Amino acid sequence: MLSRTADNLYWLARYVERAEYLARILDTTYRLTALPLAYVGASNEWESAVATAGCASAFFAAHSEANEETVTEFLAFSTSNPSSIRNCFETARVNARAVRTALTIEMWDTINSAWLELKKWGNGPRSREEFARFLRWVQESSLRFDGSAYRTMLRNDAYWFSRLGVFIERADNTARILDVKYHLLLPAHEKVGGPLDYFQWAAILRSVSALTSYHWVYRENVKPWLVADLLMLRDEMPRSLASCYENLVQNLDRIAHAYGRQGPAQRQARAVRARLQNSRIAEIFPTGLHEFIDDFVEDNNRLGTAIAQQYLL
Amino acid sequence: MFDEMRGSEGVVRPAYAELSHWLGEVPPDVLDFRRREAELFFRRIGITFAVYGDPEAQERLIPFDVIPRILSAAEWVILQRGLEQRVKAINAYLKDIYGRREILKAQIVPEDLVFQNPVFRPEMNGQKVPHDIYVHVAGIDIVRVDAENFYVLEDNARTPSGVSYMLENREIMLRLFPELFSRYRVAPVENYPDELLATLQSIAPPTASAEPTVVLLTPGVYNSAYYEHSFLADKLGVELVEGRDLTVKDDVVHMRTTEGFKRVDVIYRRIDDDFLDPLVFRPDSALGVPGLMSAYQAGNVTLANAVGTGIADDKAVYSYMPEIVRFYLGEEPLLKNVPTWRCRDSEHLSYVLDHIEDLVVKEVHGSGGYGMLIGPKADKATVAAFRAKLKSDPKNFIAQPTLALSTCPTCVEEGIAPRHVDLRPFVLSGRDRVRIVPGGLTRVALKKGSLVVNSSQGGGTKDTWVLDG
Repeated sequence: MLSRTADNLYWLARYVERAEYLARILDTTYRLTALPLAYVGASNEWESAVATAGCASAFFAAHSEANEETVTEFLAFSTSNPSSIRNCFETARVNARAVRTALTIEMWDTINSAWLELKKWGNGPRSREEFARFLRWVQESSLRFDGSAYRTMLRNDAYWFSRLGVFIERADNTARILDVKYHLLLPAHEKVGGPLDYFQWAAILRSVSALTSYHWVYRENVKPWLVADLLMLRDEMPRSLASCYENLVQNLDRIAHAYGRQGPAQRQARAVRARLQNSRIAEIFPTGLHEFIDDFVEDNNRLGTAIAQQYLL
Repeated sequence: MFDEMRGSEGVVRPAYAELSHWLGEVPPDVLDFRRREAELFFRRIGITFAVYGDPEAQERLIPFDVIPRILSAAEWVILQRGLEQRVKAINAYLKDIYGRREILKAQIVPEDLVFQNPVFRPEMNGQKVPHDIYVHVAGIDIVRVDAENFYVLEDNARTPSGVSYMLENREIMLRLFPELFSRYRVAPVENYPDELLATLQSIAPPTASAEPTVVLLTPGVYNSAYYEHSFLADKLGVELVEGRDLTVKDDVVHMRTTEGFKRVDVIYRRIDDDFLDPLVFRPDSALGVPGLMSAYQAGNVTLANAVGTGIADDKAVYSYMPEIVRFYLGEEPLLKNVPTWRCRDSEHLSYVLDHIEDLVVKEVHGSGGYGMLIGPKADKATVAAFRAKLKSDPKNFIAQPTLALSTCPTCVEEGIAPRHVDLRPFVLSGRDRVRIVPGGLTRVALKKGSLVVNSSQGGGTKDTWVLDG
């Protein structure tokens, strides 16, 4: 397959995944800011949302203050922020148009309809109710896209490259939540188990739709180290770093098998997976959480580069 | 005024009998409902085109008219023969122009018209192309003025577009009006992609393997015909490549794939000569492939259409087409040419200046209905401006009488009314034979009285039915 086609499929999947992630961040931020201050502390949740979205410097170049209005506009509807939800869909569709022939009609239909529908939202919803509906719609669009890929694509390199995009992006997003919120997870912060932490942790879990899963996995109250464990090392949790790498290794292996050749990307993915498999949360948690996440983000970027060099350029 | 359904006298012509019946039976809101269904369908599959210079219209739908245009089997036979003859003559002419130049020596076509023409490509002088075919895909624009006469309005021998509409229009009609198809036997067009692929494979260079690799080269997603490019690549089952996907090593073209480089043998290019190779043509072009011309000249890759075919479809050359057909084939042309005044000729120019209000004046290199004056419809100021343009650069213009183009029944706001149409059939020339699928793209001027069918100027399309026997 053309390298450019693979590249477009990869980025198409990444942008759709990113749009969903942004919608989740905004959704949880709304919930947190709706709580009385005593439950969540005095931190600026809107600022934290911008940091979690990974665009703090771009945001503060355009706005002096992070509040509901500025952050919502910037993360959801801005035309100048290349990673706003609007631009994610816009870029996803440009990529989709460029590889129409590699997409199934269902996938094209999903992404094209989402793009058409987005126009109806104009410069943004006028009320919180409308905005909530918008966020649900973004998540549903992403689910439809993912679902139609899963159900309709031939299992060949086109599918595998699009999966690589999903999991690289997802791993990056989960790591970013942990990176911004790690100070809350650390035991030194506040007194453990206080209401303030509880709602913050619940918000973290909710942003990766893991609040219910948490209880099924641990059958305990929300504890910071277990939150970290779930999001990083448990491979039964679909948005955990471990699960993302399980999938990355699998899909890279399928490509290598089909092409009859292994390369740096396969080795890099396996190395990261091994590291995740060999880590125990009790060892990382008290001292090395921040470092671990930092290293992971770097490793993940390195894998992105390796995939690009091996296949996409 | 000749209407293809009601003739000149208002009597329904045989090919349209059933349709006329049906139009009488079907309630108008059903037609309207189906029309909206069609629009929704086109919007969803993304069959759009871009209008340059209009940011609001980055992706616009071409209006689709649900009433088909019908040609009888006998009419099609005339067209088919005429088209084949014309395209054969065009290929012979191109071989001659870039070869022995007999037609210039015989002074049938003036030399300066060729050599001073910007679309003439000296790079092609003496260049062999596989099987002497230059124009593998031609779109010949046909109009009619009465029941008997078909005129060629324009030859498109470079990168003609519109065939995706021919195919999609038929698909949507089959979906929306199955009952109408049960009353007619309509010749299918769906085999066009197969015919095109067979044509492209037949012209592979001798150095290609037994199963030559064909690709479709597009300028990219922002091109107005991008939908068509991706649609065709999909139907052909070939890669849709952009210039940056290709690279030339040792005069062989390769594409970059996830498994490394792969040799390319035939390029169906939908990108103009000027942009093909920055080393030879426009150096600022990022759309093309450096070194492509040198691979082409080495005979390691076939371009379809060949480079330099513009010298055959130029509007100034158009007026010589009847002579060109006679010169190479020794036959009388089966399709008529619209009488044309060449403004480069001073007698013609003064005639045109005297009768400008009755004529259509066209720029020799214009396309898409731009740079054109329709005398009878233009206001005084526009006419004066054109007069000045004509005087300052007469070579750049030709003029033709305004033809009373035929009309077809069309759904418009006030109901069903006659609107002017033209027809672009697609002619494929391969090593073994010429292939023409029965039909083509019918364009319709939706504005009352308008003669401009171009999609960039408010034209729409119709499905074109050729009856089978």
